Amino acid sequence: MSISSDVNSIVVRFAGDSGDGMQLMGSQFAVSTALAGADFSTFPDYPAEIRAPAGSLFGVSAYQINLGTGPITTAGDAPDVLVAFNPAALKVSLPLLRKGALLIVNADSFTQRNLVKAGYESDPRDGNELDDFQVVSADISRLNQEAVSPFGLSKSEGGRCKNFWALGVLLWMFDFELDPVEDWIKRRLADHPTLRDANITALRAGHTYAEAAELSASLSQLHIEPAEMPTGDYRTITGAEAMALGLAAAGELAERKLLFCSYPITPASPLLHRLSRLGETGVGTFQAEDEIAAICAAIGASYAGMIGVTSSSGPGIALKTEAMGLAISAELPLVIVNWQRGGPSTGLPTKTEQSDLYQAVYGRNADTPIPVIAAATVSDCFDMAIEAVRIALRHMTPVILLADGYLSNAAEPWRIPDLGSLAKIEHNPAPAPSAGVTPQRQAFTRDARTHGRPWIPPGTAGLMHRVGGLEKDIETGHISYDPANHRRMTELRRAKVESVSAFVPDQGVELGDSKGELVLVGWGSTYGPLYQAARQTGASLVHLRHLHPLPGNLAELLAGFDKVLVPEMNTGQLSTLLRDKLGVQPVSFSKVSGQPFLISELVERINEERAA
Amino acid sequence: MSTPLTAKDYATTQEVRWCPGCGDYAVLKAVQTLLAKVGADKANTVFVSGIGCAARFPYYVDTYGFHTIHGRAPAVATGVKLANPDLDVWVVTGDGDGLSIGASHLMHALRRNVGLKILLFNNEIYGLTKGQYSPTSRVGTRSPSSPGGSVDAPVSPGQYVMGCGAKFYARAIDTDKVNMAHVLEQAHEFNGASLTEIYQNCIVYNEDVFASFTDRDDAAQTQLHLRHGKPMLFGENNDKGIRFNPDSWSLEVVDATASPDEVLVHDEANPVLARLLIDLHVPVALGVIYRQPAQRFEDAFYGHHPSAMKRSKSVAEFIRGPNPWTVK
Repeated sequence: MSISSDVNSIVVRFAGDSGDGMQLMGSQFAVSTALAGADFSTFPDYPAEIRAPAGSLFGVSAYQINLGTGPITTAGDAPDVLVAFNPAALKVSLPLLRKGALLIVNADSFTQRNLVKAGYESDPRDGNELDDFQVVSADISRLNQEAVSPFGLSKSEGGRCKNFWALGVLLWMFDFELDPVEDWIKRRLADHPTLRDANITALRAGHTYAEAAELSASLSQLHIEPAEMPTGDYRTITGAEAMALGLAAAGELAERKLLFCSYPITPASPLLHRLSRLGETGVGTFQAEDEIAAICAAIGASYAGMIGVTSSSGPGIALKTEAMGLAISAELPLVIVNWQRGGPSTGLPTKTEQSDLYQAVYGRNADTPIPVIAAATVSDCFDMAIEAVRIALRHMTPVILLADGYLSNAAEPWRIPDLGSLAKIEHNPAPAPSAGVTPQRQAFTRDARTHGRPWIPPGTAGLMHRVGGLEKDIETGHISYDPANHRRMTELRRAKVESVSAFVPDQGVELGDSKGELVLVGWGSTYGPLYQAARQTGASLVHLRHLHPLPGNLAELLAGFDKVLVPEMNTGQLSTLLRDKLGVQPVSFSKVSGQPFLISELVERINEERAA
Repeated sequence: MSTPLTAKDYATTQEVRWCPGCGDYAVLKAVQTLLAKVGADKANTVFVSGIGCAARFPYYVDTYGFHTIHGRAPAVATGVKLANPDLDVWVVTGDGDGLSIGASHLMHALRRNVGLKILLFNNEIYGLTKGQYSPTSRVGTRSPSSPGGSVDAPVSPGQYVMGCGAKFYARAIDTDKVNMAHVLEQAHEFNGASLTEIYQNCIVYNEDVFASFTDRDDAAQTQLHLRHGKPMLFGENNDKGIRFNPDSWSLEVVDATASPDEVLVHDEANPVLARLLIDLHVPVALGVIYRQPAQRFEDAFYGHHPSAMKRSKSVAEFIRGPNPWTVK
């Protein structure tokens, strides 16, 4: 086996049918990795079909994890270990693998029927196709069935334990403890004692099988040293979990309740699911009848004094745009989370892309500016959720928070923050009723610095006023069609969004020198591969979290570099924004495959740009 | 004791901008009068509207008001109610706003039984966009977008809202001050989603479209004013009644003097009767057609919520996850 037992970073991929429990197996392996103290990053890569026909190529579901002593910031370019549950999973995964990788395949699944479904004319294990790899062919299905036979399960019920059997093998390989996984099974299947015991038995059987050296000719144990991470308490977290906790924390920091209104859509739904379990923190979740109702209900909640939040993916965000204009016009706080996915139209629902930047910055009727921020990493989803609420309440404006499908599902270790150390979130409080001033005017008397108007929910005595989507007089707050007033109001709305940058810290470099030959400029979930590529090449990295407005010093910072290279999972949207807003001339590096960047392709491009 | 409140106490300083003679004026006055009668707390009252002539309503009522976007008022109002269930929230919509672009939101507000007082101004025409036919326009309606007459069949607002699971449905005529006052009071009292359809005469684009039953001279023959538990009588001296015809499964007019035992007694809680009344054309059924109290959505929402939307725990209690570890 070509994998060294002294491992800095190793990439493992689990692949099988979408009903084989790959995501579960992967996430449990991630928990074990975390508890062993290793750094890691995961990439669940699953099809849009819920239960695609068994054995089909398009039904392959995979979970990739990169683990080691770190720092690990991506799920890894090329897997070192592949666990393939059927021929289709093998076929789909092979092109990704590093030469010399270890393949553990479920021999029982290599039937004539499954081979045909995967498009193999003959068993690839018999030819030379796998010569570059080390293949361990184990009778996973049969051995698992034998292990769980005492429990009297049906064949299909028993068969569903095989992911835990295989996980047992992996836990032995990495010298990880069985206990955390067993504890999880006990909790999850507490009401199904037979299934619980069968799964635990399968897990142990796989572990024993590997340990008893039945695979010893092929497998060796690896030991991952704990990563060097800053001291503190850690947990495993996905982007959706981090965002949910961030929004709940924002409610606490603002001392306001939060109403999350959403309509299910991939890959945004995990946020709805997570928030619906945080009710005791003063969070309510409302599943609306459609995307438009979701944002409208969130606006209604904000109007009535809660923090209104809605979330969707690109197609749903498109439906919400008219209502965003209403929130701008009525000068109400609102957070709109966009978990981007590949498009256009339904596009690639389960694959990631960052192609909604134009939509966020430019994509509405009329002059309707909205602050736009983006989460860079899984952990960053927590911080950016708080930042979005902070901006919304400070300026009385809707805020778009961009994330993507990769961040929603990926997991990584997260240093648990101390909530007490986070700054409170301020808002513009309702004024006292004044005898000399109409409430209508008071409601639209704005803060000079933030241009935010007071937040006066219905129920506030003595300040009854009307808001709406018709243009209003800048001072009295009454309906106005006056031409000069409309110009002033348009300028006010622009100035309000621009005023956000006064509160944004100066942009710095994440890595490298603050001036030089080449700088990578990124945003969103490409942070991980950009970080590694910058590290490997010595290029500088600037990673933007505030996209509209851009940080005030960004033009000056970028002017210090000969070349600005902007890698994006779209056709150059940040490049356009930088040209438009700052007049810089970046070089765009575009990837639109629905897959995250590989470090290697970034390194190659950086080297090309340097040579050019 | 201070002076009794009047409609004027609920009027804003804003100049009302409906066409002179529009039925909306009468509805505005009736609502303001009701607010005065019940002594509504201005601070606790909210009018939410969508788009259309009627949607200007909030600007003219001195309470809280939110003029939103086309068709979405029920969705915005649902958010308002979830954020503060104690507010008295009215939704003002029309046949275009509520039954065309926003029909879905209306459906969901009704089926959820959100505690909203919904006023549906039905004038069978798009007024604000200058007179195109609407989803309630009768076949053959000539309009700028249907010069040869519209060809699509209209929706019955009553049948639609019953199909949506509405718990309260009533009808009133804009110029019938007395009966509208009664209906609005019932709609306001209802603890759930109440929908009141108001036949509203658009004097510019669809004048007299309801004249066949709103004309005062013939009102006794063309209007059936319903009261729960009372026989369904109309006509001069209440000489006519409504009976059920079991052969046709429909309602029909009967001579109330000759056959008093056959006259039906109104039962607001009977959904089958409500549907038959909705389809009665001569006379037209007015008043509270259906009323069946049920739990409000916001009460169910708060009742089901683990802490009734209170912050009973800090996020700190959830932030650590099931398997935290420490790096020393």
